[in-house]
Amino acid sequence: MAENLGPRDAAEVEQAIQWAIADGKTLEIVGRGSKRRIGRAAQWDMTLDLSRLSGVALYEPAELVLSAKAGTPLAEIETLLAANGQELAFEPMDYGPLLGGTAGGASIGGVLSSNLSGPRRIKAGAARDHFLGVTAVSGRGETFKSGGRVVKNVTGYDLCKLLAGSWGTLAALTDVTVKTLPRAETEQTVLVFGLDDAAAGKLMTAVMGSFADASAAAHLSAALAERLAETAAVGKAVTGFRLEGVAPSVAHRRAVLEDLAKPYGTVAALEQAHSRAFWRAIRDATPFAAGGPSGARDIWRISTAPARGSEAGRALIERAGAEVLYDWAGGLIWAALPPTDDAKAGPVRAIVGGIGGHATLIRAPAAVRAAVDVFQPEPPVLAALTRRVRESFDPRGMLNSGRMWAGI
Amino acid sequence: MTVAMPKLDDAVLARRADIVAGLKRIVPGEGVIASEEAMRPYESDGLTAYRALPMVVVLPETTEQVSAVLAYCHREGVKVVPRGAGTSLSGGALPLGDGVLLGMAKFKRIRTIDFENRVAVVEPGVTNLAVSQAVDHAGFYYAPDPSSQIACTIGGNVAENSGGVHCLKYGVTTNNVLGCELVLMSGEVVRLGGSHLDAAGYDLLGVITGSEGLLGVVTEVTVRLLRKPECARAALIGFAASEDGGECVARIIGAGIIPGGMEMMDRPAIKAAEEFVHAGYPLDVEALLIVELDGPRAEVDHLLERVQEIATTCGAVTCRASNSEEERLLFWAGRKAAFPAVGRISPDYYCMDGTIPRAQLPLVLRRMQEMSAKYDLRVANVFHAGDGNLHPLILYDANKPGELERAEEFGADILKLCVEVGGVLTGEHGVGVEKRDLMPAMFSEADLKQQQRLKCAFDENGLLNPGKVFPTLHRCAELGRMHVHGGQLAFPDLPRF
Repeated sequence: MAENLGPRDAAEVEQAIQWAIADGKTLEIVGRGSKRRIGRAAQWDMTLDLSRLSGVALYEPAELVLSAKAGTPLAEIETLLAANGQELAFEPMDYGPLLGGTAGGASIGGVLSSNLSGPRRIKAGAARDHFLGVTAVSGRGETFKSGGRVVKNVTGYDLCKLLAGSWGTLAALTDVTVKTLPRAETEQTVLVFGLDDAAAGKLMTAVMGSFADASAAAHLSAALAERLAETAAVGKAVTGFRLEGVAPSVAHRRAVLEDLAKPYGTVAALEQAHSRAFWRAIRDATPFAAGGPSGARDIWRISTAPARGSEAGRALIERAGAEVLYDWAGGLIWAALPPTDDAKAGPVRAIVGGIGGHATLIRAPAAVRAAVDVFQPEPPVLAALTRRVRESFDPRGMLNSGRMWAGI
Repeated sequence: MTVAMPKLDDAVLARRADIVAGLKRIVPGEGVIASEEAMRPYESDGLTAYRALPMVVVLPETTEQVSAVLAYCHREGVKVVPRGAGTSLSGGALPLGDGVLLGMAKFKRIRTIDFENRVAVVEPGVTNLAVSQAVDHAGFYYAPDPSSQIACTIGGNVAENSGGVHCLKYGVTTNNVLGCELVLMSGEVVRLGGSHLDAAGYDLLGVITGSEGLLGVVTEVTVRLLRKPECARAALIGFAASEDGGECVARIIGAGIIPGGMEMMDRPAIKAAEEFVHAGYPLDVEALLIVELDGPRAEVDHLLERVQEIATTCGAVTCRASNSEEERLLFWAGRKAAFPAVGRISPDYYCMDGTIPRAQLPLVLRRMQEMSAKYDLRVANVFHAGDGNLHPLILYDANKPGELERAEEFGADILKLCVEVGGVLTGEHGVGVEKRDLMPAMFSEADLKQQQRLKCAFDENGLLNPGKVFPTLHRCAELGRMHVHGGQLAFPDLPRF
């Protein structure tokens, strides 16, 4: 087990990285550790644990802005926002259930570093779209900042975007600023029963192009629907649409949605509390939770063109024996594959490559994650650019090296 | 106006004829412009106070030509300045006397419209408005709407991360593009993103967007299409004090309402606009707020009522809700004509573009009045109130000696004030050459060096749009050097476990 370094403030993070550079030690960057099992299984000399950098530094609801130290628990931030009728609109998923960890274990820095989002991604964007400002320490041991605390800002390169989804391979975040948004006053979910994947794909496409203004659209087979409390008794495939807003608006859009859905199948609804629970389960891909019936399967997360989601899903089912959960109106596919030595990376990447998009191996034993590419391999010119970008922040590969791609 | 640009490279200028010939081999016919007269239209962009003739103008038509031009310039050590429609307000497309001006105007095809996936694939020379027009028949649009949308191009929008009046609710360019084809200075071509969401690896698209043409040349862009809202209504609300207007904005957002647009004007801007377009604006108020709600009729009516209630509690002296599309457009007419309206009351004006935390608005307006007295120049303000983006228009007369210089100093003071109160130098117009030398007011040397190191990853010889954004140019080799204390640092005194 690598030794942990636990800096107490941003200055100590800089010191720690400078020391590691001088001593030639590589570092694993960890917030609160909830996503440590994602990424290539690589080895580091020491762990830089940022959980002591904790606390909300600024929260101004009327300005829609919150700043916090990077190791602040996400749960603490979400509780604070909820008390003020606000939320992180990108709805960051909780990897705890899927990876076999505890729920609610994420830090805000980890959420941003992995560019998390949830079902509302299709309407509100991902973490990247809400990441306004950052202070971080690069792999050169230098503190730098980018962005600010205002939404509209084009002053200099948008390094927040680059750091979002860089999985700690460019810099260790110390302080972050995010946009907050009002939580919808009401929400309802319209469910449509018994559609096959292709019909569900067609309906989701129609709804997303309509005035229904759904903030989430997902589809799960009868077998997967059975694993969720809200749909356990349905006994059929379930396609769900979430409507959020003020009550008169939700009522109006529900009528629009039901008119679209009725030709497809039986329609039902989930009121507020059940709706929230349903989308939390979709967000966290709980049908594939580590403790559940598919707990031993390898999990791929695939982003593709939404209208072609069911085509990708069918191929994954037929050629890789996958169980498939569709979110983002078909654009996000969670595929659970029977465990193999290579997580069937070849067929999965061929299917996604043929349709367009990218696939990340989220859950598999360490040996598998050491043997196959976890993140989407890049064509040579792009891979070389990625390497140069990485080196511009971390020329010696000190931080999380090898986590995203071998040798980077 | 003067700003120091990179020193002209005499060796390159001496080879001008060869370079022009080399470029003509890549882009035949009229795609290479070398006569002074024909290059004249390219000598400035929307920031007309800065002018320079390029060494040569090249107008490629294909990605292959862009790639070959950049590869040629890379090999020959020639600088390149990319240009869309030339509407930049910060001098982002200001030519270099020893550089190629790479005009992307011929890339004006909409390649694909895909309503099922709600995306359009367009060439960078397509205008912003043309995208919305091309999908209007099906009830869709492209959300970012900079005020120059009739002329500005999608490529330029990507370079500048353009905003518009609806970005509080719908985001700016970076939130509405999904992919691009990018040619690097080396001539290499990469594709980023596509019809799907989120980057597979590093979010390079996110960093290209708003990079002001310093990292690469975009030859194709995939944009998101949104369903047009069912309807829109606006409220026109007047306040006796700008503080009341600011408070109203805060309370609207505090009530959980995110309007499609929320614009504020101060007294001089209201007066100029009203005299120009006769929109029916009240002339006895200090601040005028336009709040637009969009969505289903039931939602819009419901929220508009709430906005009016909030306005009343904030001491609004006038409040009118639009009852027809004509009336809504009339409310907007004055705001949309604010810049030309100000142009009527002053021979020249200088448009600034800082962003501030909204709560600082009254303070910033007060300080601006003090500066106005100090510099003896009038100022009118239009304000994207929802997102804190402030456009002070400084009124001056370039024919009066010293006024332009005073206007520039006044503008710089305003931007420094924006940073001082927690805001930024530019909300949507870009740094360009205009605000380049103010960057140290917001960023430390270390901040700027890290940004320039990123630039080196894309363009190691600094040939693409040099002299923009960064006040000091460093060589990549110097930036890349590591200062390592070779095992001499003590183990840091911090918790280990």
